[in-house]
Amino acid sequence: MSTATTKDHPHLAADFNRDEPRVNWHDETLWWIRAKRDIAAHKLPEWELLRETASQIKFNVLSNLSSYLEQFEANAIKNGIIVHWAADATEHNQIVHSLLEQKGITKMVKSKSMLTEECHLNEYLKEQGIDVIDSDLGERIVQLANEPPSHIVLPCIHKKKEEIGDIFHEHLGSAKGESDPKILTETARQHLREVFLTRRAALTGVNFAVAETGEFVICTNEGNADMGAHLAEIHIASMGIEKLIPERKHLGVFLRLLTRSATGQPITTYSSHFSKPQDGSEIHIVIVDNGRSIQLGREEFRNSLKCIRCGACMNTCPVYRKSGGHSYHTAVAGPIGSILAPNLDMKKYADLPFASTLCGSCSNVCPVKIDIHDQLYKWRQVIVKEGYSPKAKTMAMKAMALTLASPTLYRMGGKTGRLVFKYAPFAVNNKLNPWYNQREMPKAPDESFGEWYAQRKGAKNS
Amino acid sequence: MSREKILAAVKFNQPPALPLPDMEVLNTLTDVRTELVSKYKTIATAGGSFVYEVSGFDEIKAIINNEFKPGVKIISALDELSDYIYAETVKHEDGHNFADVELTVLRTNLGVAENGALWLTEKDMGSRVLPFIAQHLAVVISKDDFVPTMAQAYQVIGDAAYGYGAFISGPSKTADIEQSLVIGAHGPRSLSVFIL
Repeated sequence: MSTATTKDHPHLAADFNRDEPRVNWHDETLWWIRAKRDIAAHKLPEWELLRETASQIKFNVLSNLSSYLEQFEANAIKNGIIVHWAADATEHNQIVHSLLEQKGITKMVKSKSMLTEECHLNEYLKEQGIDVIDSDLGERIVQLANEPPSHIVLPCIHKKKEEIGDIFHEHLGSAKGESDPKILTETARQHLREVFLTRRAALTGVNFAVAETGEFVICTNEGNADMGAHLAEIHIASMGIEKLIPERKHLGVFLRLLTRSATGQPITTYSSHFSKPQDGSEIHIVIVDNGRSIQLGREEFRNSLKCIRCGACMNTCPVYRKSGGHSYHTAVAGPIGSILAPNLDMKKYADLPFASTLCGSCSNVCPVKIDIHDQLYKWRQVIVKEGYSPKAKTMAMKAMALTLASPTLYRMGGKTGRLVFKYAPFAVNNKLNPWYNQREMPKAPDESFGEWYAQRKGAKNS
Repeated sequence: MSREKILAAVKFNQPPALPLPDMEVLNTLTDVRTELVSKYKTIATAGGSFVYEVSGFDEIKAIINNEFKPGVKIISALDELSDYIYAETVKHEDGHNFADVELTVLRTNLGVAENGALWLTEKDMGSRVLPFIAQHLAVVISKDDFVPTMAQAYQVIGDAAYGYGAFISGPSKTADIEQSLVIGAHGPRSLSVFIL
């Protein structure tokens, strides 16, 4: 369901920015969620200690990941869970398909899993003739709209209720023009209940996997993961290798942080702990690498693997809020996605680390204290060094470096600039100058600071 | 084999071992003197639950009889509420048979004041799907069974063995359409909590 695109972030953001009232609405909605996060966080005096503890647990996980993975696997097997390993997206998709094929299953219900978005599982299964229905309401909406999610926690945050009403009218038979969220949700409830009751296979993501016990935890507000998993013969849970935590008691730290950071709720409605399969059914876990072990080896970027996918960095990001999730053209949008994506394909995602003001707000709200904005800055350096930065930017930077290195060129450049602003403003106030979009160019001063200082000094001395 | 390949790559690339943090400080920091029942009540109500402080099972029965029409399918996991279908007797049934359940009543002995969550294991549920597939859910808990935060909750759970367990903190809900909160997504449309 990924929209095939060759456009980069600035161009996709420009598309999103054509509708200014929508941008403002998007911006304000996400900021409201960020504000709710603040209220929830400030209610806990121990909030900063919680973040620090979570961060240290995740550092411990990354530094012992191979043994935690083996421990988790052994305990899961002891619990009667079947464990599979996938080196990349293709292998993950093939494993899921073969499990369905063995049972002769052609229809599956799926709850939210950003990993399967990353692996493009839905498209793959569709090609194999498997029908997949996403059961999270937001994901179902974007699936019906034939779009990818634009936010990891709020998949259809970019859509207006009237648009959702139109989609439901077309696909689910709701009344034309109906846009009441209550009625639309009820329509989806009836539609998806039928799906839950008729699917023999359910796929879910994993929020946390506990090495000590071999259990895994899934968090939802809707109850869709549970409805799918408990009614199916086979429950497939897909997880990235970084989802591990050492002990059950550590859930007490992460479950306190996750939703407070995400939406400002104290906890999700359901935090479901799967340890053993039900009588007569199977649980399969697919442990996926897909580039994560490489990221683990990149000293400057390995901290990105601490992420618990709360989305707080997106809600707070001034660039995300004003450019929309789809402008990032990757499964995980926003600041965290922009440090994860270049690891998978540096050339394709070379634009993303530049989609930031480096204001640092993302790092300040991150519940596991990932140095997100520092990593964005570091990726920029790597991308330029590797030769993946846009040609125009490289040329401009070279010209800038030359100018700043030479006092004569610098003074000449400043003078020329001031003269242009004064006598030929049309040369900068036009559409060819991206700085002129959405803003007026400033009035240029008559003289530079250097000139002003020299004159002032001269006047004082006389 | 991808397993060996992944484990070898992880082992090669992981940084030198770092210690786990001390959890004791965090566990003792939480305010244990707060009146837990009233805090629970405030938070759970804000999360959409209906909380009743009751004197006994007769009062619970009266409330259920008042809220639900006679003849609807109610499944109860409590010996004390035996007027309904007993969960123990139907727990091996196919989960699809519960599609017409109007109300599931369960008993827990762990509630969390800070977030309104109630801990239920497969044993408490009878069948895993029962707290989800029913149109409504009710949970009975004693007033002495609340802990302040998730830190203490996991101390209570300890190393208990369960096939499945869940913290449930309210009715099923969603805010996926323009962030408007709607109660009753896929699971129960209401959660009633009876505090004994």
